[in-house]
Amino acid sequence: MNDTIDGCRVAGLISLDGEDIYNPSIDVVELRARVGMVFQKPNPFPKSIYENVAYGPKIHGLAHSKADLDEIVVSSIRRAGLWDEVKDRLQEPGTGLSGGQQQRLCIARAIATQPEVLLMDEPCSALDPIATAVIEELIDELREKFTIVIVTHSMQQAARVSQKTAFFHLGKLIEEGKTEDIFTNPVNKKTQDYITGRIG
Amino acid sequence: MTEATMSSAMSSAAATPVRRDIGLKKRHAAETRFRLYGIVAIAIGITFLGLLLVSIVSKGYTAFVQTEISVPVFFDPAIIDKDNVRETNPKVLQTANYPVVARNAVAAALGIDKTEKKAMKELSTFVSDGSRALLRNMVAANPALVGTTQTVSLLAAGDIDSANKGQIDLTVPEANRKVSDLQVEWLNTLKQKGIVTTGFNWGLLTFGASSRPETSGLGVALIGSLYMMLIVLAIGVPLGVAASIYLEEFAKKNRFTDLIEVNINNLAAVPSIVFGLLGLAVFINFFGLPRSAPVVGGLVLTLMTLPTIIIATRSALRSVPPSIRSAALGVGASKMQMVFDHVLPLATPGILTGTIIGLARALGETAPLLLIGMVAFVADAPSNPLQPATALPVQIFMWTNEAERAFVERASGAIIVLLLFLAVMNITAILLRRRFERRW
Repeated sequence: MNDTIDGCRVAGLISLDGEDIYNPSIDVVELRARVGMVFQKPNPFPKSIYENVAYGPKIHGLAHSKADLDEIVVSSIRRAGLWDEVKDRLQEPGTGLSGGQQQRLCIARAIATQPEVLLMDEPCSALDPIATAVIEELIDELREKFTIVIVTHSMQQAARVSQKTAFFHLGKLIEEGKTEDIFTNPVNKKTQDYITGRIG
Repeated sequence: MTEATMSSAMSSAAATPVRRDIGLKKRHAAETRFRLYGIVAIAIGITFLGLLLVSIVSKGYTAFVQTEISVPVFFDPAIIDKDNVRETNPKVLQTANYPVVARNAVAAALGIDKTEKKAMKELSTFVSDGSRALLRNMVAANPALVGTTQTVSLLAAGDIDSANKGQIDLTVPEANRKVSDLQVEWLNTLKQKGIVTTGFNWGLLTFGASSRPETSGLGVALIGSLYMMLIVLAIGVPLGVAASIYLEEFAKKNRFTDLIEVNINNLAAVPSIVFGLLGLAVFINFFGLPRSAPVVGGLVLTLMTLPTIIIATRSALRSVPPSIRSAALGVGASKMQMVFDHVLPLATPGILTGTIIGLARALGETAPLLLIGMVAFVADAPSNPLQPATALPVQIFMWTNEAERAFVERASGAIIVLLLFLAVMNITAILLRRRFERRW
């Protein structure tokens, strides 16, 4: 996705199953199918709730029949914890939902393509505390099935939902390790400053 | 007691700070003045628009009615086919002197003796010469009509039509006007008898070019304009939309695409007559396409509207929020799937609006068509886009060059028709935009 931003520069290595994802021979479309993404601002398609979730499986040919597709859509929405709220209005536009619901719809859309990794870019920054709690609970459930990479500015959230933490400052990786270690016994001075609130 | 102390405390508190003079009065006056300027500007605009419309409609509405003379016409074999050879030589039916047949019919209705030379001569300018084609076509369709009597609606001549509509000043001395006293008298008698009637002028919409106002119409121009619009739609829209999708979504932003963009914007501002020259040089002289043909006009107008369509489409594509693109790419859509499944549907209303406005501009364009020879005298409707035709605005241009009063009203009538088409297209654009507009 960085490719779509002009003037973006990348250094370092990101690998998925031992393959460098910035290797030019990697097909970005396949990569994007293997890595689901949830954005900072909820961005459902201006289509029905059903179509929002069904789009990914449809273009990847994951469903062989209408019943298959229905099954994928329903189970994705269920896993995203949205089912009880939208089961009667799957044909209504996804843009008509509340912010928290839209974000969960985007999560349902991301997991419907059955990715290996789920990237979440500050998924809760545009949400109120109650919706945030729902999403965090959801992240906890989903981590049994997917690897979840979450970017957050809230240290409490990082401490709450993650197992491993990496601290980036001005585009550079400062420190990474187990969440408990980072928050209780940081090695780097900058990390120490950040978690104690001296910077940031 | 407490209330009293409170109110006194409040009033002293309010009285302490002295109000600064921050020029409010001046500022409000300036705003009022500015609003007034705006209202005056709009009022002037509306006045001129109103004047234009009133002038065109008041001059042009009469073009939509036509004076007709309904009389029983005897298809006299003695005039049509003197030598009785129509069985062997059907050509006589084509070349027969039908105006005499028509004149005799009106003479009979007026009770004029056919031998009165002077009256018959006046009659020949009373009935339109268009009766020749009318009667000939009737006989050609059914030769058995010869020898029978049929009631036919003959067209009145242009000047008689104008007189019937009250457009000829009868206080002018007879020698100085085109309609004689005798003709006016006939007109009045026939009107009382119910033989002269005014009906809707279908001819205005069906006839081709003619030197007589009463038999000239917009038929050829309408067909020519229709062909050209179809060509613009069929070639210009796919080309324009494809070019803008490529430029906006796929092409790398570099010097070359910048150059293309600047050139497209410049092309949109090129005077249309230059496109006409281009069409003349390229399509007619180089490719050898026929002159005066709607196919060439359509191609020229396509070139002319392409920049408009591309600019409108690109801005419509650009207005689709980037979050939709990231969402589509995020679930693993390829770039093309992203464009066709998500971006294009959201941009459709903008594209449609731009296209229709481009089409409307092309419909009203005259200058390039003059250069490629569509300013021709075309009497017969073209059956395909390679045959000569004219266009609506060109027809207006030609009619305004004529002197007769009846052509003036026809030019105004044609302007009304053109404005109606443009209004319909613009309203369609607005409705489509409303219909497809989505919020996100």
